[in-house]
Amino acid sequence: MSSGIEAQVLQPYKYGFVTEIEAEVVAPGLSEDVIRTISAKKVEPAWMLEWRLRAYRQWQRMPEPHWANVQYGPIDYQAISYYAAPKRRPQLDSLEQVDPKLLETFEKLGIPIEERKRLAGVAVDAVFDSVSVATTFREELQKHGVIFCAISEAIREYPALVQEYLGSVVPHNDNFFAALNSAVFTDGSFVYVPKGVRCPMELSTYFRINAESTGQFERTLIIADAGSYVSYLEGCSAPIRDANQLHAAVVELVALDDAQIKYSTIQNWYPGDEEGRGGIYNFVTKRGACRGRRSKISWTQVETGSAITWKYPGCILQGDDSIGEFYSVAVTNHRQQADTGTKMIHMGKNTRSTIVSKGISAGRGQNTYRGLVKILKGAAQARNYSQCDSMLIGDRCGAHTFPYIDVRNSTATMEHEASTSKIGEDQIFYAKQRGLAAEDAVSMIVNGFCKEVFKELPMEFAVEAQRLLGISLEGSVG
Amino acid sequence: MTGRPATPPSLLEIRDLHAAVEGREVLKGVTLTVQRGELHAIMGPNGSGKSTLAQVLAGHPAYTVTAGQVRYEGRDLLALAPEERAREGVFLAFQYPVAIRGITNAYFLRAAVNAIRKHRGEEQLGLVEFMDALEEKLKVIGWDSSYLSRPVNDGFSGGEKKRNEILQLAVLNPKLAILDETDSGLDIDALKTVAHAVKSLARPDNATVLVTHYYRILTHITPDVVHVLSGGRIVRSGGKELALELEERGYEWLREEAPVG
Repeated sequence: MSSGIEAQVLQPYKYGFVTEIEAEVVAPGLSEDVIRTISAKKVEPAWMLEWRLRAYRQWQRMPEPHWANVQYGPIDYQAISYYAAPKRRPQLDSLEQVDPKLLETFEKLGIPIEERKRLAGVAVDAVFDSVSVATTFREELQKHGVIFCAISEAIREYPALVQEYLGSVVPHNDNFFAALNSAVFTDGSFVYVPKGVRCPMELSTYFRINAESTGQFERTLIIADAGSYVSYLEGCSAPIRDANQLHAAVVELVALDDAQIKYSTIQNWYPGDEEGRGGIYNFVTKRGACRGRRSKISWTQVETGSAITWKYPGCILQGDDSIGEFYSVAVTNHRQQADTGTKMIHMGKNTRSTIVSKGISAGRGQNTYRGLVKILKGAAQARNYSQCDSMLIGDRCGAHTFPYIDVRNSTATMEHEASTSKIGEDQIFYAKQRGLAAEDAVSMIVNGFCKEVFKELPMEFAVEAQRLLGISLEGSVG
Repeated sequence: MTGRPATPPSLLEIRDLHAAVEGREVLKGVTLTVQRGELHAIMGPNGSGKSTLAQVLAGHPAYTVTAGQVRYEGRDLLALAPEERAREGVFLAFQYPVAIRGITNAYFLRAAVNAIRKHRGEEQLGLVEFMDALEEKLKVIGWDSSYLSRPVNDGFSGGEKKRNEILQLAVLNPKLAILDETDSGLDIDALKTVAHAVKSLARPDNATVLVTHYYRILTHITPDVVHVLSGGRIVRSGGKELALELEERGYEWLREEAPVG
């Protein structure tokens, strides 16, 4: 404290504005009737409603999990509204019909969806509260046979694909939050890349929570058919509000023979204020199945937002010679809490996994890495490499590491490295003595610490991630 | 000793400097003047305050100046933040150089050079021109360019860290270089390289203050003035022959002769 840590004020959360837009909101509360209402609004087939109801009935019997190293008051699930949508419902194919306020909102967030301003080489699906408002470059993608659309649309247009894969990686009763999501999910993205196709551009979804007292429950399903490749990125933000908001998403990835999926996240939900008021509860289930031989799924996440993060993107390595990767940077400042990591389940022979986790704690932030590496009996010659590094800024924050290892095949090779370091006065003084300003020194030290993860991000977003990290840590060192 | 109106002020003028760390006074009245073009050696036993003096001049926050003055080119050095001192041309070669993971030597050096250039109102150097300029400097310490892509001091041996400090010195080209025991932990060849580099960087308009424990390095570099720091004060100053005398007699005899006050 003597060195001025936490002495400066935090730069206000940059994405905290509210869009004044007339919304159609379903009254708070959860019941079978509410689920029927959501399903009807989305004009869903009967099988989808049945699936939701099954999930709901299971969920009612499940206890909320509390094993994570995070603390929060009870969540009143009946006080949350499970559906909010801008009233002027856009026609998905025509941007002229999208409310200009929505276009403006995404523009302000740096996600231009208007034709003339689009990011070259990046197709965007923009999700606002419970609905997808626009998906860009659809025609271009269709030429290659790539389907990229809102999941609600996919349920209507591509029911066979959705029925085959939805819930096949994260079952409707997988865990408390996944079951809740299965019952009430409203929108999200759907991607299908056909056999042998290398998706010609980065796909990206931007999630925006706007409405008050609503939850966001999006569901994403990505299928990479044999020999295909896709890189997908998601970003998110929310307005500043005093009350906590729940975000419980489910992401399922399926990679068939020789297919590759690269999934990157830049998570910047509202983190709450210095005293821990408000912020998003980010309780997310993400899992990929490397179903085919030589398939590969790579998760990269940069988690800077949310009051609480509970998230373990994992890989089920079913196919022989398949590869799972997890690269993570998690930042907790002020009163933020993160309990995040991964699960690598080795089933096939010669399966490999790599885990690189970087946790940065500042202020009174608490950062936990929790990871499971499981080598099943049939996974001969499986290999895992894990590296967990923690960095502490100041003396009131915490870093925790819980690596779980479960090996049932003696031919497996496991490596685990861990380190904890503190940004010390000496490091900052050294950089200052070479002429660098304190904030540049901190940003340099932190970026150097995260380098192994940043280099996994698509180029366009690596810069954004570095910038975001600078903002999240602003004021954490004097 | 103070400059006459016509001559520019001394590069460094320390007067009756007192400094404490963790509430314990370590410097107890240091007075010392360094002119441009000079090389000073500050010697002394362990715990005499040599490193403290170096750190105080660079502005390390753990040290508190309790009395005295330091003028650098006539300005109050102590009023400047550490980064401002650096940008004004004060360089400290650290006794224990700090590692920065994931940041390459080249990146770090360019950030430093550009921070200093910005301060002087000069244009920022691009990657290509910077790398070109760097090639020359590498030769000074006998390194190839592979060291540039290694992370700053990360995984460096003790000797490599010290050489890296000299590389930074060569690149940043300061007016006042303070070398804090850069010679300790070096083998004979490395010592020669470092000594040679320091000599080759000397110009009529800059100065070097060499803080050292050992006579060794002074067989390669001839100091203009040798000071003995003991008990937080300079107890004796002299020419290079003083260093030789210390080598033969040790420091003990000076302690007894320490001036009163």
